[in-house]
Amino acid sequence: MTDKKHKLLEVKGLTMDFGGLRAVDSVSLAVHEGEIAALIGPNGAGKTTFFNCVTGIYTPTSGDILLHPKGLETRRLNGLKPNRVTEMGLARTFQNIRLFPGMTVLENVMIGRHCRTEAGIFRSIIRNRSVREEEQAIVESSYQLLETVGLDKFVNEFARNLPYGAQRRLEIARALATDPFLLLLDEPAAGMNPYETAELDQLICRISEEKQVAILLIEHDMKLVMKISNPIYVMEYGKKIAQGSPLEIRDNPKVIEAYLGEEADA
Amino acid sequence: MVRELKQSLLISLWFVFLTFPLLVVRVNTIENVVVWRWGNILWVAIGAFVLSYCWRYMLARRKRQTRKAEEGVDTRGPLQAALDNVQLRNRAMAVLLVLAAIFPLVFDTYQTSIMVTALIFVVLGLGLNIGVGLAGLLDLGYVAFFGVGAYTYAILNANFDLGFWMVLPIGGVLGCLFGVLLGFPILRLRGDYLAIVTLGFGMIFKVVMENWKTLSKGPSGIANIDRPGLFGLEMTLEQSTVFIYYIIVALVILTIIVTNRLKNSRVGRAWIALREDEVACVAMGIDMARTKLSAYALGAFWAGMVGVVFAAKTTFINPAGFTFMQSAIILSIVVLGGMGSILGVILGAFILVLLPEYLRAFSEYRMLVFGAAMTLMMIFRPQGLISNLRQIYQYKGSKDKTAHDG
Repeated sequence: MTDKKHKLLEVKGLTMDFGGLRAVDSVSLAVHEGEIAALIGPNGAGKTTFFNCVTGIYTPTSGDILLHPKGLETRRLNGLKPNRVTEMGLARTFQNIRLFPGMTVLENVMIGRHCRTEAGIFRSIIRNRSVREEEQAIVESSYQLLETVGLDKFVNEFARNLPYGAQRRLEIARALATDPFLLLLDEPAAGMNPYETAELDQLICRISEEKQVAILLIEHDMKLVMKISNPIYVMEYGKKIAQGSPLEIRDNPKVIEAYLGEEADA
Repeated sequence: MVRELKQSLLISLWFVFLTFPLLVVRVNTIENVVVWRWGNILWVAIGAFVLSYCWRYMLARRKRQTRKAEEGVDTRGPLQAALDNVQLRNRAMAVLLVLAAIFPLVFDTYQTSIMVTALIFVVLGLGLNIGVGLAGLLDLGYVAFFGVGAYTYAILNANFDLGFWMVLPIGGVLGCLFGVLLGFPILRLRGDYLAIVTLGFGMIFKVVMENWKTLSKGPSGIANIDRPGLFGLEMTLEQSTVFIYYIIVALVILTIIVTNRLKNSRVGRAWIALREDEVACVAMGIDMARTKLSAYALGAFWAGMVGVVFAAKTTFINPAGFTFMQSAIILSIVVLGGMGSILGVILGAFILVLLPEYLRAFSEYRMLVFGAAMTLMMIFRPQGLISNLRQIYQYKGSKDKTAHDG
C-alpha cells in the first residue's frame, strides 16, 4: 500500500561520526505522504543525532538525505544550513524545549512565519500598505495556529510562563507556522502526564489529517507510538535494527532484546 | 523585621571594628601623642547601619516582587503603567517635542551645546540598542563606528572640501560598511568571545588613527572642520550651535522612528529571536548570517551618521576622543536605560551625559558613583529603568475579548 504513496523524505545510508564515535551507522528510512512514522530506540541510540543531520544542524559524514517535495524536483539536504532546510518545508521541534522565552506566545509563532514572508529592512522602515497587510496576515495566521493547538488563551503570555505541556504544543505550533509538508517531532510527549499525552496524540493525528503534513516522531512513550504511528523504525547503538508496523515491531525479538536486554535462557 | 534590624546592627558593629584603626586612632608623630577621634566611629556606625538596612529592605522587596510576578500579579510600577497607556504616551510625546523645539530659545549656548552632546549619545545609544538590546550581540567597540563617521567628515572636509550635508549619508554608509566588515569574522562567536573581538576592533581603530599620520594626522588630530552650512549662510557661533541642535533633534527623531519601526517588524522579531535562542532561531528558517550582519550594519549606520555631526559640532577631533571609555558609556546607557527599550535608552543617555556635566564638583568621584550605580542596577533592576514596551497585536477574536473584559 505504501508503494503507491508519494515518498517525501528518503534517507539512504546515513552515517555520522563524532571523532571515533559512530553515532549513526548507515541508517535508511523513508517517510511517505500522510504517514505518521516513528523512530524509537533506547537512550543514546542516535535518534536525535539522526534528526540533527536531517535538519542541517550537523553535516552527516556520509549518506544521502533526499527530499521529494510534491510537484518539485528532488533536493539533497546534506550540508545545507538549517534555515534552508526549513524553507524547503521540513520543520522540527526540540527534545529540550527551545522556545524564545522572552517573547510572547503569539510572537513565538510569528517567528515561524519568517521564512514565508519577505518584508526586508527598507520596507519595514517605510512600512507601506503591503508591509502592514503582510504583518496583519502573519498575526492572523499565527493566531489561528494557536487555536489549532489550543493555546489561544495564552496569546499574550510570555513563553517562559507557560506550563510545560503547553510549551511543547507551542513548539509544534511554531514549527507548523513555517508551512512544512514534513514535521519532525523530537520527543513531543517527554515529561507530560498521561492526560496531556492523550491530548497530544489527538493533536498529532489532527495535524496530520487537517494540515496534510507527514510526521516523523521520536518518542519513548510506547503507548503513544503504538497507537498513532505506522511505520515504526527502531534504532540501537546507531544502527537500525527493525522496521515495520506496530504489530510487527511489538513481536520483533530484536526490539524486545534492545529494550529489555537479552533473555537469560535463550 | 526585628531580625533584619539585628543583622544591620551586627554589620554596623563589624564595620566599626574594621575601620577602628584607620578612622579613630591617629598617632601624631611630631608631638608623640595618640589622638582618639571617637566622633568618627559614630558616623561609621550610623552610615553602615542605614546602608545595610536599605540594602536588606531592597532585597526583600525584590523577592516579594518576583514572587508576585510568579503568581501573575501586575507588578508594573506607576511609570510603566502610564507608559502602557497609549493616549497618555502620545500626549507626553507632544509635550516633549515642544520642549525640544523651544529649548535653545530659552537656554543659552552653553546649555544648548551640552544638550547636543546628550542627544548625540541618545542616537549612539539607540544605534547600539539594535545590536545589544534587540539582537543580543554585545559590542564593546561601538565607538569605532562613531569614530569612522567623525573621521570620514574630517578627512573629506579637509582634503576634498566636501560639505556637512554631503558627508552625512557617506558617514552613515561607511559606518555600515565597517559594521559588516566587523560582522563577518565574528558571525560564529557568542558571548564573551564576541565581546573580546569587538573590544579589539575598538582598540584597533584608535591605534590606526593614532599612527596613520598621512591620513589622520595622528594624535594631534584634525582641526578646523567646517560647521554645517545652510545655503551658504554666514552664522555666528551661537547661531551655529542652535542650528546643530536642530539637526541633532531631527536625527534623534529619525532614529526613534526607524528603530521603533524595525523593532516591531519582521526584521526586528528575527533579531529578538536570535537573542533568545540562536539554534531555535535558525531551525525556524531565519538566516543567521543575514540577520546578524543587518543588526551590526544598522547599529553602525547611526554611529557613523552621528559621528559626522559630532565632528561638525566640535570642529576638532583626535583619536583620544574615541576610547574604550566612550564605548563603555554608550553600553552603560543601553544597560541602564533598559535593553531593547527606546524610551529607556533616551532616559539613560540623559542621565549618564547630563549628570556628570552638571555635577562637575564631584567629578573626582564620577567613576566611583558610576560603578556603584551600575552594580546596584544589575542587582535590583536588571531590566533597566524602563523595560521594553510590548507591541500589541490585533487579531481575530482580540476585540471580543476586550469587550468581555469591559
